[in-house]
Amino acid sequence: MGQITLQGVQKSFGPVHIIKGADLEIADGSFVVFVGPSGCGKTTLLRLIAGLEDVSGGKILIDGKNVVDTPPAKRGLSMVFQSYALYPHMSVRGNIGFGLKMAGLPKDEINRKVEAAAATLNLTPYLDRKPRELSGGQRQRVAIGRAIVREPKAFLFDEPLSNLDAALRVQMRIEVTRLQKQLGTTAIYVTHDQVEAMTMADKIVVLNGGKIEQYGSPLELYERPANLFVAGFIGSPRMNFVTGEPALQKGAATIGVRPEHLKIERDGGGGWQGTIAVAEHLGSDTFLYVDAGALGMLTARYIGELSLHAGDRVSLMPDPARIHRFDESGNALRG
Amino acid sequence: MARMATTRRVMISTAAAWLFGFLIFFPILWMGLASFKTELEAFAIPPSFLFFHWTTENYATVQERSDYLHHAMNSIIIAGGSTLIALLIAIPAAWSMAFSPTKRTKDILLWMLSTKMMPPVGVLVPIYLIYKSLGLLDSRIGLVFILCLGNLPIVIWMLFTYFKEIPRDILEAARMDGATIGRELVYVLTPMAIPGLASTLLLNLILAWNEAFWTLNLSTSSAAPLTTFIASYSSPEGLFWAKLSAASTLAIAPILVLGWFSQKQLVRGLTFGAVK
Repeated sequence: MGQITLQGVQKSFGPVHIIKGADLEIADGSFVVFVGPSGCGKTTLLRLIAGLEDVSGGKILIDGKNVVDTPPAKRGLSMVFQSYALYPHMSVRGNIGFGLKMAGLPKDEINRKVEAAAATLNLTPYLDRKPRELSGGQRQRVAIGRAIVREPKAFLFDEPLSNLDAALRVQMRIEVTRLQKQLGTTAIYVTHDQVEAMTMADKIVVLNGGKIEQYGSPLELYERPANLFVAGFIGSPRMNFVTGEPALQKGAATIGVRPEHLKIERDGGGGWQGTIAVAEHLGSDTFLYVDAGALGMLTARYIGELSLHAGDRVSLMPDPARIHRFDESGNALRG
Repeated sequence: MARMATTRRVMISTAAAWLFGFLIFFPILWMGLASFKTELEAFAIPPSFLFFHWTTENYATVQERSDYLHHAMNSIIIAGGSTLIALLIAIPAAWSMAFSPTKRTKDILLWMLSTKMMPPVGVLVPIYLIYKSLGLLDSRIGLVFILCLGNLPIVIWMLFTYFKEIPRDILEAARMDGATIGRELVYVLTPMAIPGLASTLLLNLILAWNEAFWTLNLSTSSAAPLTTFIASYSSPEGLFWAKLSAASTLAIAPILVLGWFSQKQLVRGLTFGAVK
């Protein structure tokens, strides 16, 4: 079991409010990603759940039991740190087994569990090496091994992949997701990378300025963002925002259209006229950055190759069903 | 071509390093050689390098004239004592500054270091007078005390940089793994801090062993360490190069041996904070 509930959780450092009241229900076995720009409080929120920071107010329930006064080790959670935080003087075996040793398990049981965890993570040949003799990806796996061997109620990941290079990151992303599904253990994963969030999560928590902006499945966030912040944060390239006349026509202060929902036509069609400032040809996609005069810079995405170049005039037609409307305070207008 | 150029460059820099190393070592070598010469040969011009009449009479004379073991004992007590006391004070100080810093931590550290910028002679007279009225002149306790105070800023700085290098994440990982403070100390912190502690101890021991200003000024005989022992051979009655060399060789021998066996730790100590 690993159901985690936050009720009005607050955290202040002196006069600075980092977390301004967070309410959250994390179902057992789900993979939840905290995402947001740096300084939004996502790591702090994770550390509060871990018990590495004390809450300033509110409750944290793990399987219905309030744990705010429980020390980290007694919460039954395990954490994977951004820096891996391996014990440099211990072998891989020592690192993975340290938590079990602290829990006072007999030696042969520790060995059995460590070897099982190592086998899951393809670490068996490295069990007697020191962390400094391992590559970045292997160190990361040791850190994950240390987390899984304790069979926790939930895993907490603090930007675990940000120190890896791009190719390895994608590979580890898949491994972590697969491992979590295989073990069925609740996971909370902090990242600033919205692609990681979209690909790994069952549910995403978008944080901004210490507040939860929206909590929902990746596609919910993509299709029905609750406000301008979520709309701009989720999706790559970023959603286009248009204010003024076109927005007023739709009865909104701002309208948003994702780059992939703009139909690109050569000059002369209807829609928004502009000149291509930059055209990026990736083969699989074509990204156009269009200077649309009073509307500002608009980004359009075309799936496949489109032979248009900087300086060409185009018109962009928003898909009427995919226009997001926002009021003056930035909240989404429905209906 | 490029490879050959690189090999040549490596050869040249290797040769340069050896030459430089030899230049630095030369005075010690010369001192060692001179200690086996007669007084006459010791300042003969041109000097003879290896082909002279080797004699150990200087060592015999030195041992006869002054009690080497007495001074060596003083050096051990003064260097060892001041180092141990400095560590006892510095470990908790550096610890708290590294792991729970406040707004003023950087200022305190800089202030500590700034005390090393003042020439010690600036406070010689007041210290001398204080020592005189407290009856600490020519006492081991007095020297232990002053050397401890003198090296404390460096010891704290070194330990601070070492402790700072221990990532907080690792301590937190240990907490998540269920280690209590005591077990965290035994299983995680101490093993990680030992290299730093060892090189701090060694470097401070050497600094204290070689310290000559305070030891020369505040001691005469009963508490006099090896520095005073050496200095007694450059006396108003004239310089005795061979005997001075013999005395110096004897004085640096223990620290030379210690340094030889702890090179690795020392290099790390000397470059502290410079490399991660």
